[in-house]
Amino acid sequence: MKRPVPVVPAPVWKDIKDLQEWQEHHKSRPETGDKHSSLFESLTDGIHRFPGGFVVTTPADAFLNWARKSSVWPVSFGLACCAIEMMATFASRFDVERLGMVPWASPRHSDLMIVSGTVTIKMAPMLLRIYDQMPDPKWAVSMGSCANSGGPFRHGYHVVKGVDRVIPVDVYVPGCPPPPESLLNGLLLLQDQISHFRRTGQRAAPSPKVD
Amino acid sequence: MDAIQARARLAENPDAVVTGEGAAIVVTVPAAQWAELASFAKEGLGCTFFSFLSAVDWKEDGLEVVAWMDNLDAPFSLLMKTRLGTGVTTCASLALTYRGAGWMEREAFDMFGIVFEGHPDLRRILLDDDWVGHPLLKSYAVDTPYPPYR
Amino acid sequence: MSSEHGPLVIKQLDYTGAERLTMNMGPQHPSAHGVFRAILTLEGETVVGVDAVIGYLHRCHEKLAETLAYVQYPSIASKTDYVAAMSSELAYVMAAERLAKIDVPKRAQYLRVLVGELQRVASHCLWLGTWCMDMGGALGGGATVFLYCIRERELVLDLFESLTGARLLYGFHQVGGVRYDMPEHWATECRSTVDLIEKRLLEYEEMLEGNAFFMMRTKGVGVISRELALDVGISGPLLRASGVNCDLRRLAPYSSYEDFEFRVPVETSGDCYARYKVRMVEFRESIKIVRQILDGLPEGPISSRPGVKAVAQVRVPKGEMYARVEGPRGEVGCYLVGDGGPRPYRMKWRGASFSNLAVLPHIIPGHSVADVVAIMGSVDPVFGEVDR
Repeated sequence: MKRPVPVVPAPVWKDIKDLQEWQEHHKSRPETGDKHSSLFESLTDGIHRFPGGFVVTTPADAFLNWARKSSVWPVSFGLACCAIEMMATFASRFDVERLGMVPWASPRHSDLMIVSGTVTIKMAPMLLRIYDQMPDPKWAVSMGSCANSGGPFRHGYHVVKGVDRVIPVDVYVPGCPPPPESLLNGLLLLQDQISHFRRTGQRAAPSPKVD
Repeated sequence: MDAIQARARLAENPDAVVTGEGAAIVVTVPAAQWAELASFAKEGLGCTFFSFLSAVDWKEDGLEVVAWMDNLDAPFSLLMKTRLGTGVTTCASLALTYRGAGWMEREAFDMFGIVFEGHPDLRRILLDDDWVGHPLLKSYAVDTPYPPYR
Repeated sequence: MSSEHGPLVIKQLDYTGAERLTMNMGPQHPSAHGVFRAILTLEGETVVGVDAVIGYLHRCHEKLAETLAYVQYPSIASKTDYVAAMSSELAYVMAAERLAKIDVPKRAQYLRVLVGELQRVASHCLWLGTWCMDMGGALGGGATVFLYCIRERELVLDLFESLTGARLLYGFHQVGGVRYDMPEHWATECRSTVDLIEKRLLEYEEMLEGNAFFMMRTKGVGVISRELALDVGISGPLLRASGVNCDLRRLAPYSSYEDFEFRVPVETSGDCYARYKVRMVEFRESIKIVRQILDGLPEGPISSRPGVKAVAQVRVPKGEMYARVEGPRGEVGCYLVGDGGPRPYRMKWRGASFSNLAVLPHIIPGHSVADVVAIMGSVDPVFGEVDR
């Protein structure tokens, strides 16, 4: 006799009709502007109330940002041709490990997602899912013209015209594919952004796209 | 079995039109003889290597299914073509004769909407299962928007 | 098995009490082969069924080709098999030339063969590196072979960069010939590079064949029988490893391949080790062809449509043509239907990896999960070709 099959609820993202509903679903998560924990926020606010409190927080910020930028672990998210150039960047000639970046397969332990390649409509929910699995603070680099804006395939019916329609992007690296030197340039720009993390405040929300 | 003998054997069928030059044989048959021609190509002509199967949309004249197989020993190649007729979207399946046709026919179904009768597992292969429309038809615009990604 | 199993793990118990697990090897996984999803049905550690879901990189090549002119499309064609862009572009350009009956000068044909064979060396370097990295783990021993092979590949890519200006996607072939000619001293650079690569190949073979784990993981794994290979339509090193002596450079010579002398390796066992051996011999044969070309490159124009004519419209008459190229993965073909205008009426891209992947559901059941990784690596798919 057959044992009853356990009823497993369907994955939530399949119930959601479109991207806007998915983003609504995620608004219920408490997210502070600076991606610091609320305890940290209240602590720094408390310190700032004393005159000269910034003397404490600025070096603390500098130290934390230095620690963050020197050890950014990218989740290996190679989609297409740019993935080959990304692999070449991770290899020994254009080493990224000297910048502290260890390519890591699991998104749960990574800080950075380098979207290298064309994002298609079939792949976009998977990409969003992986991005959501990454813990804060996280950054995203859009590598190559396909990820920036759809690239040479922009007019295709199955191509998302830029990964910034799916996730917020911090650095855009142009090229088709960008040679490793360009990607390294982009990663250094990202490190620069990270070092200014607190001072620039909240990351700019993606502006509403107008076709 | 070389190219000249193959041409002669194919020409024995009164409904088949045999063209092409040299070792590249092109044979056009009516849609009803599609599966028969494929099994004849495999057993009778020794074309054991299956290359590809696809379709062309000729707008008002309907769809045309093409398939290419090779006889590696002779060697010669065979391009089989058939017109399905205006408005017809069904065709016999070659998936049981040539296993490579399995995925190729799924792709033709996905892109053109051709339903292959006798295919063991006909579903979309490249696009999402719930995609509406068949992109490679001439009536489908290349930049058809798909919400929510516009 | 429908694709709604998604990323969840669903257990089913059947009447014998045996447990079957449906596991997703999702589109993002560290095997570094690209976006491929395999829904595996497991009984313990053995795979009993596999449903391959592709299409995560479907970039509408065939529809876009109907909107782009013959002079515009070759640089997009390189993005199908992006690891071996030279053979991808060549298939499209050859189909257009044959249909429009445009002649290609001898020097251009030799240059095409030269870059094609160098591209084969670079592509096989990447294959070996990623396959060994998959089997060994990125932080385990696998990265050793990966870094060594990428080091060799970089040398070949430097040659391409000085020739065409690009490292990965070139835009080198155009209808009527090629776009760039060899700069000064390129030939000497090329010779020293291939000499170096040939020496290093010995090192890799020693390293891998002396490794008991490599031999255990590849011998007898993923056997493709001769009959299955022909029926499904796999091509390239996979077909030659299953005992079929089929190389398009010999079967249907294109671009002056009949002028060169090279051996076509054929193995009969059909397992991962046979595919490895075939590709290692192909490395050496490609280097042999490169040397033959550098010794005997004829003078002359590099394109029959030089100068301004290069970007002028090509009008291809009504008709159809299928041009096939022996790429590093197998038969890359372009079936072109022309209608007399500057754009194709229909272009069908026959990607080698599409047919190569179609064999996976037939050979994987019966192997363990670890073997799936070894088999996928030896099949060497590139998803630009699979999904187009």
